[in-house]
Order: sequence, then C-alpha cells, then structure tokens
Amino acid sequence: MGLKTSTKTFDERLQASIEDTFMQKAVAKAQDDQWVKREGAREELGHWEMWRELGEQIRKETIAYLPDYLEQFSDNVEKNGGHVFFAQTEEEARDYVRKVTLEKQAKKIVKSKSMVTTEVGLDQMLLELDGVSVMETDLAEFILQMDDWDEPSHIVFPNIHKNREQIRKVFEKKLGYDGDNEPVHMARFARKVLREFFLEADIGITGCNFAIADSGIINLVTNEGNADLCISIPKTQIVLMGMERIVPTMEEAEVVDNLLSRSAVGQSLTSYVTFAGRTNSDESDGPEDFHVVIIDNGRSNALGTVFQPMLQCIRCGACLNVCPVYRHIGGHGYGSIYPGPMGAVLSPILGGYEDFGDLPYASSLCGACTDTCPVKIPLHQLLIEHRVKMTDDLKMTHGLDDLTLRVIGKATASPILFKMAMKMDHLPSGVLSKHKQTSVENLYNYDGYLNMGPGLLGGWTSIRDLPRPPKGKDAFREWFKHHKKEQQGGQ
Amino acid sequence: MKVSIYTSCVVDLLFPNVAIAMVEVLERFGVEVDVPDKQICCGQPTYNSGYREESQKTLINQLESFKDSEYVVGAAGSCVAMLKEYEEIFKDDPKYARMAKELNEKTYEFTQFLNRVLGLTDVGATLDAKATYHRSCHMTRLLKERETPFILLDHVKDLEMIPIPHIENCCGFGGTFSVKEPVISNQMVTEKMNDIIDTGAEVLISADMACLMNIGGKFNREGKRIKIMHIAEVLNHGIDESRVHIPDSVHA
Repeated sequence: MGLKTSTKTFDERLQASIEDTFMQKAVAKAQDDQWVKREGAREELGHWEMWRELGEQIRKETIAYLPDYLEQFSDNVEKNGGHVFFAQTEEEARDYVRKVTLEKQAKKIVKSKSMVTTEVGLDQMLLELDGVSVMETDLAEFILQMDDWDEPSHIVFPNIHKNREQIRKVFEKKLGYDGDNEPVHMARFARKVLREFFLEADIGITGCNFAIADSGIINLVTNEGNADLCISIPKTQIVLMGMERIVPTMEEAEVVDNLLSRSAVGQSLTSYVTFAGRTNSDESDGPEDFHVVIIDNGRSNALGTVFQPMLQCIRCGACLNVCPVYRHIGGHGYGSIYPGPMGAVLSPILGGYEDFGDLPYASSLCGACTDTCPVKIPLHQLLIEHRVKMTDDLKMTHGLDDLTLRVIGKATASPILFKMAMKMDHLPSGVLSKHKQTSVENLYNYDGYLNMGPGLLGGWTSIRDLPRPPKGKDAFREWFKHHKKEQQGGQ
Repeated sequence: MKVSIYTSCVVDLLFPNVAIAMVEVLERFGVEVDVPDKQICCGQPTYNSGYREESQKTLINQLESFKDSEYVVGAAGSCVAMLKEYEEIFKDDPKYARMAKELNEKTYEFTQFLNRVLGLTDVGATLDAKATYHRSCHMTRLLKERETPFILLDHVKDLEMIPIPHIENCCGFGGTFSVKEPVISNQMVTEKMNDIIDTGAEVLISADMACLMNIGGKFNREGKRIKIMHIAEVLNHGIDESRVHIPDSVHA
C-alpha cells in the first residue's frame, strides 16, 4: 500500500462505500461524538479563534522558511549523535530504511504512529526482507495488519469502519483469541501479543508529530503509549517524517500540540506527550542509534504555489470529522491514504491528477473543513484551485459536463442570451415534464416537474425532482414591469 | 433609500414568488426598489467548477449591472457571498478593483439588510405553523451570517421554530456538485430530508432557494409532504399593519 490505496475507479469505490451501511452509521456516529468532544475542548481552552490564528501564523512562518528550519533540525540531530537522511522519493525512503535494517541484522521491527510509512509503502518492503517481521503496535493499526493489511479509513481513527464483532473475528482467526467482543478484553489480549514483540524488537520505527528545529528532538502525542515503547526498548530508532512536520522551538510545539489534541480527539492533551531523540549518555533507555528520514515525496510540488498552505496541515483529522461528504462515503471512498477534505487537497499534490483528479470534485464546497481547520488552511478554496488547474491550466476536459459548463459560462455573461433563455425555457422543458401529485407545496406551482434531462440536468433529476420554470408572463421581471407601471399610474 | 434587487438565477428562472415577496417587504418599509435589467448570475457555478477564465465576463457583467446602485439586496446567502468575494477576485485588476470593492460594501443578503441596515426585528408577519430552518453553508460560512434570519423569524407571530439536528451539515446541493456527483449528493440530501422529517415541522424555511429546491426536490421524489418557504415569503406572510413601522434609516 502506498499513497494510492485502491486500484478501483472512483465510481467503483463510491458504490462500495454507499453499499456499506455499517460504515456509514459508524462514521456518522463518530462524527457526531467528535463534534461534542471537540466543541467542549475548544470551549475549555477559550479564545479558540485566537489560538487558531496563532497556529496558522506558526505553521505559515515555518513553511515559508522550511529549508532553514530543516537544516537547523538536521544539524541538531547530528550534533546529538543521530543521523538524518533527506529522501526525495518514496523509493529513497524505503532504500534507507532497508539499508539500516540490513546493517543492524534486525529480525523484529515494531512500528507506531506513522501514516507516512504507509504513504511510502514501507511495510511491503520490510515484509519482503528475509527473516524480518514487522508489527504495527497502535491498536487500530494492529487490527488492520491482522486483517491482512486492510486499508485505514481515517487519519486519526484508522479503524473507524470496523465494529467490535468484526475485530473479534479477526483476532480469533489470526491469533487464536477465544474471548468475547468486549473492547477492553480484546485490547488486553492485543497488548499481551504486542508486549512479547516489543521486548524482542531490534528496531523501532515511528513517525513524528512535530520535529523541533532548535533542539533536534521529535515530539509525539499518543494515547496508547506504544510509540514510547517503540522509542525506549529497541536500540535503534528510525523516525520517518514528512518534510513539513517541523516547528521552530518547544514553544511553538506547545501551541500546535494544544490545537492538535483538541481538534483530533477533543482532549486538552493526549495521555502521552513525548519529546525524544538519541539517548543521552546519562540515560538508561532509548535508542543508541537514532535516524531521521525526512521525506519529500511530492510535498515540494506545493512550495511556492497556491497550494503551499496545505503544508501547514498538522494531521488532526478535524476536517474529516465535520465533512458531510466523508460522512457518507467514508475513508475508503477516496482511494488515498489521506482521505476527507485534507486528502482531497493533498493527494493530487503528492500523486497527481491522473490518480486523484476526481477528489477535488467530490466536495459540495460547504466550507465546514475550512471553518474547523485549527491552522486555518483554506481547504475548500484549495479544492477550487485544483479544479482551476485541471480545467483552465491543463485543459483536462470532462466530456459533456465540460461543454455544458462552458455554455453556462457564455449564457451567464450575456444579458441577451440569458433573457432569451428565460423566455424560452418553459417551452422545451414541456417535452421532459411529468405530472404527478406533488407533495411539496410552494415549489411545483408551474405545471409539473422535470423528470429527466440531458447532461448535467440528468445528474439532478436522477435523484430528485426539478420544478418547471414559470411561463414568460409569470416571470418575476415581467411582474416587476407591471408593478412599476401600476405604481406610477397610481401616483 | 434605494435598493437594487439581486434575484440570483435560481429565483429569476424558477421562483418569481420569492423575488416578489422581497419587493413587497422592502416597499412596505418605504424602500424604493429597482431591478437592474442587465443582471444575471453571480458566476459561482462556473467559477467554483474551475472555469476561472470563462467566468470572468459573467463577473464583470454583474459589476456593471450594479455599478450605480445605492444598495444591492440579494435573495440568496450563497450568491450574495459570491458578489462580496469579487473584491478579493479583482483586487489586482486596475479596471475593476474599485467597482468590486464598492459592490462588496453595498451588498447585503435580504435578512441582513432588514436587520442590520434597516434595524428591523419585527416585520409584522404572522405564520401559524411549526417550522424548521435550513441554515445554508455559504450563508453561514462564506457570508458569515448566522443570526439575522433567526432574529427575524423569532418575531414572526404564531410561528413555532423547531431546531433541526445536524444543522451544520450541507444539504448536498453545492452547485454543480449536485449534478456531477449525484451519488454522494443523494446520500446527503436524504439524510437532510430525514432530519427535517424528525423535527415534525410542517414548513421548511431557508434564505437560500437553491438549497430549498434541492431538499424540496428530494421530498417530492420520495412523495413526502412538506411546505417550502423562502424566508422572504415568510416575512411577507399574514402582515399585521399595526406592527409595520417605517424605520428612520429609510429617510436618511
């Protein structure tokens, strides 16, 4: 699995999502619950809009001087005795991790907290190495791995599409679990399996929420503490991070951690907030060998373009939790490791329009994502920018839709054409109109409704009725002309 | 005080009753109304679909339609938000930047104008019904107007407003989204319909006729009963002349 999580077309994925009513209910419930938690956490903090502005400022400034901060971070990691590798592509990232694994003659690898490892297809590479076994240690990722590496469907709750009985079955089949489907019992069982793995692990691979430039350490926020075990038990640690995941100092980390925990899970802080790097000489645990792989993999496509604000993203998933499209199609509908509004913006930047060109259109542009984003990324506007890029710049056409929209463009720019259309539209629509008992008062006053139509209209009438336009003499502008005359006559 | 009515295409093409109600309410409060004949569409359908070059002429046509207006008052939160967006779109355009800025400053959504400019809370309307309100996304999030419809509806005599669950969620219209992505749009409008049914309201009110057309179209397809009213129609309903007082601001 890489950035692209599915070989199906967008329409096929959509159909699968729409048929998955369990997933839809689970996602809707999770969204509703998260709404309450998130609002509570924001309120408790107070001055939320000021915090957002601060968050935006910090992220914007960091991205504006990204090369400088990355250099500072890299120098500090090396000063502490660690190693930094800049990977331009996913292959380079995989090759580096392979090299370290082979050098260390590692047999067991534990992983935690890293979406970027999935993005670069790291698991697949490690599994192909002889004699190496890999274990995802975050509970949700562990379940996905046990279920034959099922794809995640949310950036914070990767397992949101599964229910407890499905999980029990996976445990029973793959691990011989014979208990019930109580989450606490299953979690206890998973922990036992994982503990054994942790104790024997040679390498710990983690992501990083933020890298702190002026000290060369990484910051992780977790609730299960598995990342801490990945860091403290194995002698070697490899951190993989997207090149944008950086803040200048601990002070900024405090602000973004506050925004992240509240936005992602509605907590004031997560159970574990960890700052780590290579073991200091006076410490007894932690990695003696510390590697950081800083990954570009398409991120620099956004630098210096209208899409640069996307690099502000702190991966909180709040935009997914308010998105009405995500609510219905779930994470798998997007076919990317990054779903929802942030994914619809980010995936085409990283992976191009050929694979992800449908995603910017799968939005009603309701703006809920932009409104909730804790670092104020104008997400729905960036979706429009993708559309502009595809239509105006790249001249990618969308068949009949494209033609229709260009005609609409012409018609809405010319008063004469528009007025002709207003006079005419009652006439041809008669051919397509249907009569039935209407159940909606005040909407179908004018002689039935339209039931089918060509091109774009067909998309409308496939699921709902469109009222027929009034006759010319009943149109508002006609009414207004008479109304004015009457007024003048009366004066 | 002179107001130019901005109808929006949906109202112009399909719902003359909405624009008529707007005119009648405004005139009742002593406002002189005109309807600039050149106006068409705010350009949102093509602009939001990524046809930025194609929509340029449409935007300019609107700028020119309203260049002499004192106030522009629109029937739809979404289209009004788009008109106000022109200032940002044309900010570097030597010819139109000033016109776009002026348009932004003098343009209001209908309920905004009544409440924020005329200072009205009670327009004298009466509607004996149980109703719920669909808060359109663009009016709420782009125009950033969350209050004025509720202030005015609160003062409609005999009207009982019932809160709707998931008020923040989009109805699935989204301009061309509704026709380009009918599968997702259907899911969204179906949930919205069910949320409305759960309120037990007899009337569905909104300040955006396009959302009402979408939701109402789904009700009609499913054969479920509802009465749809644009807020201008509600505010023009059952007028009690004794509650109509022309505000001082009209004479200013």
